[in-house]
Amino acid sequence: MTAIVPVPVGLTVAALLFCIGLIGVLVRRNIIVILLSIEMMFNACGLAFVFAGSYWLQPDGQVMYFFILTVAAAEVSVGLSLVLQMYRQFGSLDVNTINRMRG
Amino acid sequence: MILLWLLIVTIAGAVLAWVLGWWTNAASRWAALVALLVDAVLLAFAWVLPSDTWGLTLPGTWLHELKYPWIEPLGISLHVGVDGLSLLLLALTVFLGIVAVNASWTEIQDRVGAFHLSLLLTLAGTIGVFTALDLFLFYFFWELMLIPMYFLIVIWGHENRAYAAIKFFLFTQAGSLPMFVAIVVLFFIHGRATGVYSFDYQQLLGTAVPGLVGFWLMLGFFEAFAVKLPVVGLHTWLPDAHTEAPTGGSVLLAGLLLKTGAYGFLRFALPLFPADSRAIAPVAMVLGTAGILYGAFLAFAQHDAKRLVAYTSVSHLGFVLLGIYAGTSLALQGAIVILLAHGLSTGGLFFVVGALQERFHTRRLDELGGLWASTPRLGGVALFLAVASLGLPGLANFVGEFLVLMGTFSVSPALAAIGALGFLLSSVYSLWLIYRIFQGPECHLRVAPDLGLREMVVFGLIIAGIVWLGVFPQPVLDMARPQVESLLTSTAGSTTAPGR
Amino acid sequence: MLSLLWLVPALPLAGFLILVLGGKRLSHQAVSVVAVGSTGFSAIVAILVGATHFRFAPGGGAYSQTLWQWMRVGDFAPSVTLSLDALSLTMMLVVTIVGFLIHVYSTAFMAADEGYGRFFAYMNLFVASMLILVLADDLLFLYLGWEGVGLCSYLLIGFWYKDRDNVRAALKAFWVTRAGDTALAIGVFLLFTSFGTLRIHAILENVAGYPVGAPLCNVAAALLLAGAVAKSAQLPLQVWLPDAMAGPTPVSALIHAATMVTAGVYLIGRMHALFLKAPTALFIVAVIGATTLLLAAFSAVTQHDIKRILAYSTISQIGYMFLALGVGAWAAAIYHFVTHAFFKSALFLGAGVVIQALGGEHDIFRMGGLRRRLPVAFWAFMFAALTLAAVPPLTLTFNSKDLILNQVWLSGRSGAVLWALAAAGSLLTALYTFRMAFVVFLGPEQTRPMDKPPLWMLVPFAVLSLLGAVIGVPELLNALTGVKGFYYYLDSAMSGPVHEFDASVTEWVFQGIYVAISAIGIALAYVFYEHALAYVRSVTATRVGSLLHRLLFAGWGFDWLYRHLIAVPYVRVARLNRGDVVDLLYVAVAHVSRGINMLLSLTVNGNVRWYAAGVAAGAVVVLGLVVLL
Repeated sequence: MTAIVPVPVGLTVAALLFCIGLIGVLVRRNIIVILLSIEMMFNACGLAFVFAGSYWLQPDGQVMYFFILTVAAAEVSVGLSLVLQMYRQFGSLDVNTINRMRG
Repeated sequence: MILLWLLIVTIAGAVLAWVLGWWTNAASRWAALVALLVDAVLLAFAWVLPSDTWGLTLPGTWLHELKYPWIEPLGISLHVGVDGLSLLLLALTVFLGIVAVNASWTEIQDRVGAFHLSLLLTLAGTIGVFTALDLFLFYFFWELMLIPMYFLIVIWGHENRAYAAIKFFLFTQAGSLPMFVAIVVLFFIHGRATGVYSFDYQQLLGTAVPGLVGFWLMLGFFEAFAVKLPVVGLHTWLPDAHTEAPTGGSVLLAGLLLKTGAYGFLRFALPLFPADSRAIAPVAMVLGTAGILYGAFLAFAQHDAKRLVAYTSVSHLGFVLLGIYAGTSLALQGAIVILLAHGLSTGGLFFVVGALQERFHTRRLDELGGLWASTPRLGGVALFLAVASLGLPGLANFVGEFLVLMGTFSVSPALAAIGALGFLLSSVYSLWLIYRIFQGPECHLRVAPDLGLREMVVFGLIIAGIVWLGVFPQPVLDMARPQVESLLTSTAGSTTAPGR
Repeated sequence: MLSLLWLVPALPLAGFLILVLGGKRLSHQAVSVVAVGSTGFSAIVAILVGATHFRFAPGGGAYSQTLWQWMRVGDFAPSVTLSLDALSLTMMLVVTIVGFLIHVYSTAFMAADEGYGRFFAYMNLFVASMLILVLADDLLFLYLGWEGVGLCSYLLIGFWYKDRDNVRAALKAFWVTRAGDTALAIGVFLLFTSFGTLRIHAILENVAGYPVGAPLCNVAAALLLAGAVAKSAQLPLQVWLPDAMAGPTPVSALIHAATMVTAGVYLIGRMHALFLKAPTALFIVAVIGATTLLLAAFSAVTQHDIKRILAYSTISQIGYMFLALGVGAWAAAIYHFVTHAFFKSALFLGAGVVIQALGGEHDIFRMGGLRRRLPVAFWAFMFAALTLAAVPPLTLTFNSKDLILNQVWLSGRSGAVLWALAAAGSLLTALYTFRMAFVVFLGPEQTRPMDKPPLWMLVPFAVLSLLGAVIGVPELLNALTGVKGFYYYLDSAMSGPVHEFDASVTEWVFQGIYVAISAIGIALAYVFYEHALAYVRSVTATRVGSLLHRLLFAGWGFDWLYRHLIAVPYVRVARLNRGDVVDLLYVAVAHVSRGINMLLSLTVNGNVRWYAAGVAAGAVVVLGLVVLL
């Protein structure tokens, strides 16, 4: 079965998504947006796995996506509860307000 | 077996002294002293016991030897052995150990058990260095020497001890690392060439190392011993370490640890890489001569009596380096004699300065003065040691220094002549020391007691040793001769390293 | 009997050990007995050994006694060997006899000093070292004695150590002589490396095989000369001797007049065979001798410290000995040494008597009129002074200095110039000697002597003075009747070019000249210092006069030169470098590490997103490397 989307293109899309997510993590200040960007990175990885699976004509890539999704779900649940706490303690969703480390 | 006992007794004594230190301070001191006296007896046995290899001049013939396999897969064995040279240095080790314990008798009042633990462990490390015949074991003991000495300086030292201890540690480590690399590389080269992977000294002795690699390996060893000796240029750790260490530590540092550097040259750097050593000999000789003059020059300038004595070590050991690399039997014998003589005289001088510090709580030359009147015995001993240090004929240092210069003269008259200036410069700093401390108008510091019986006994032994070595050096010369001759034949025999 | 030779240096050495180990526990009495006894017995043994040798071996064949092998490394095998020939016999007798007399003197001189035991310990060690020096047959053993006397000189000059100036003088003496010793050591290296032995007799035999003027011989001789020049306080290393007068007077008498300072003369005399093959070096010896004797004599005329006058006089007289050596008149030099030892130590002992009687006064212009107060001292002093000024017929120097001058005149080439210098020196010698004698003993009394001088100070003084005169009698007889005497005994052992005048008439003419010179000198001294002192003062008050006076007084500025050329720069640079320039490198390493640490710690700013960015960047780099490599 030929792929409908060529693998290199797919991997490129995945890479792009990853970079966008990375930049989002590094640049954005809103914790929700950072979480979102992390999700985006997760999904980019998943996409890369799916395309890899299609290259090797194995279902393993799609199986990996399940794993990644599970991890993402767990991470989001923990993360969102931490965000709630953060909002309650500091009254803001800006990460710079919780920066207590001085190095 | 007796060598192993030497180590065991020292280490057991260390632990015993530490444990007894929790009971009373005095018990700890006595335990250390007794352990060293037992060591002395063992050493006497080693000297006297018949050995069927006595007197043979071939390398690899040891008076006493012991070999146990240790880490077989890596070719590491517990291989220890002594020949004439090692025995002499072991005797110096035990003697100076006793001097160090004695010197610290009243000076150290705090954590006495731990102090003696560190002291005796350092001694154990030194004994190991002088007897190890397996390169890995040698390196192990080399590092073992270092760490208790670091603690000695940093815990019981004087004002600037942290700086001095760290400097000492870093210098020695930085020096030892190339040696370790060289050992490992040598291991591999030998293994690849002969199929036998071993760290054993005997096995590695004849290894043919290709040209440039051999030179770098030799430099690795050279560097480690050069830092320890110390060679001028790498010497700046020495004044700080010696000055800030407690008296016992200084005695050990100057008397023994520096000698391990010289021993390393004689036992390892030269025999393992004869051709490369001859290549670097001119540089080494110039460095030695420079050390003689520069050390003396610096010594004269110091305000601190202990620092002055520390710099004299640089000067005296410059003679040793010159002698070792001059490569004639006269020069080598002279270098060995200087090792013993310097150990005695400088160890004694540190003891003197320590005694001064204990009594007057200062080491500064401008605060001391005119002390001969109130402490004549101390003054007399200090004068004797200063005179020995400046190389008065009839005393030990002269024998060594003169032999070195005489031996160097046939190789390089210019360097010998410049080195002879060391006689003049050493008299400048020695008598300056005596002048500022014991002569002139009396400084009005506290009234302090003169040397007591315990101290006089030790000084008496040191003085007797210096006089004996100065007037009858032949036994020592005979003892060291086999090693010297084997060294000469090995360096003379190899003209070029294969592959060059 | 000859096998007792080793006792001669051993007895004083044993005395030293007893005194050092006994320390404060020994009573004054015990110390005196040990010290004087050891030197006394040593002198007796020396005389016995000497007499035996003299009878057995006329002409001075050598007797050798090896005590033990000092060390042996291959060829290098110095041994502790004593050897006796005419030269060492002479030196030994002088050292022991003069040493003994001065020890006796010191028991009175140092009686009130708290360092009594220490003093005699050092003195005994000195006598032992000096004997080793003159009796050694092995160059290294000689070097041991050489350094030993240098050490004792330092210890004794700085004996009254509470005064910084004394210690400084001692240090100066030691350091200057050590510089010479270093040259001597290099000479020993050269000799051993070339000849393979350090036995003096063997070396001298080997030297015979070399051509005259061989570079080896010249260099070796020059190095030995450097050592001799330092030890004997000749130009340019004479600066230490005047300051060495800081030591107690017996020390000045023994060490800095009679014995140690003549070690250089002995060395050159002993190694004369080497010097004969090194004409350049030998010529330098003569030149040094001639210039030193003149310059020192000039300085002596201006001094007013009685001991400094005698110190400069010693430098000058040793200059005569060097001059004699330089023209090859070995025996004459040693002969002059013998007479000098006696009369110079006598003069010093006399100075000590005067100094102590006046309660520590050294300035001759504060003395005067002591002839009446100290009659014995006056006559002994005068006798010694006449000997120094070389007044015939009984006084010995007449013959020894006369011999030297004759030999110099006859030595050819530059002989006449050297002779003129030496003769001028003679004039000055007479002048300064009698300036001193007249000012101290004649004229009005400035300071009153306190007590009569003790007997044991006067006796040795008088004995030495007498010896100085009497010992010349054989030579006088020789001059008058041709009977062979002491000089010929020495000469037979140290063969050198002996010159004789063509006609004995010429010889008497020269002697007449010498007498005239001495007489003029004495007369000048009398005129200027007894009657025309004001005139002298007025001369020195003029611009030129005072400049000249200051220059001569300061020893021709050598002190100033050395201080500014060597001492001050050395000390300054050393002090500057106290922190050790080399350490800067390692301190720089520490600074660089600290700098890098500060830079890198900027990245640890607590900002999590920086860290995350760092991780990302790192990952990119690593991926890039993986892809590229």
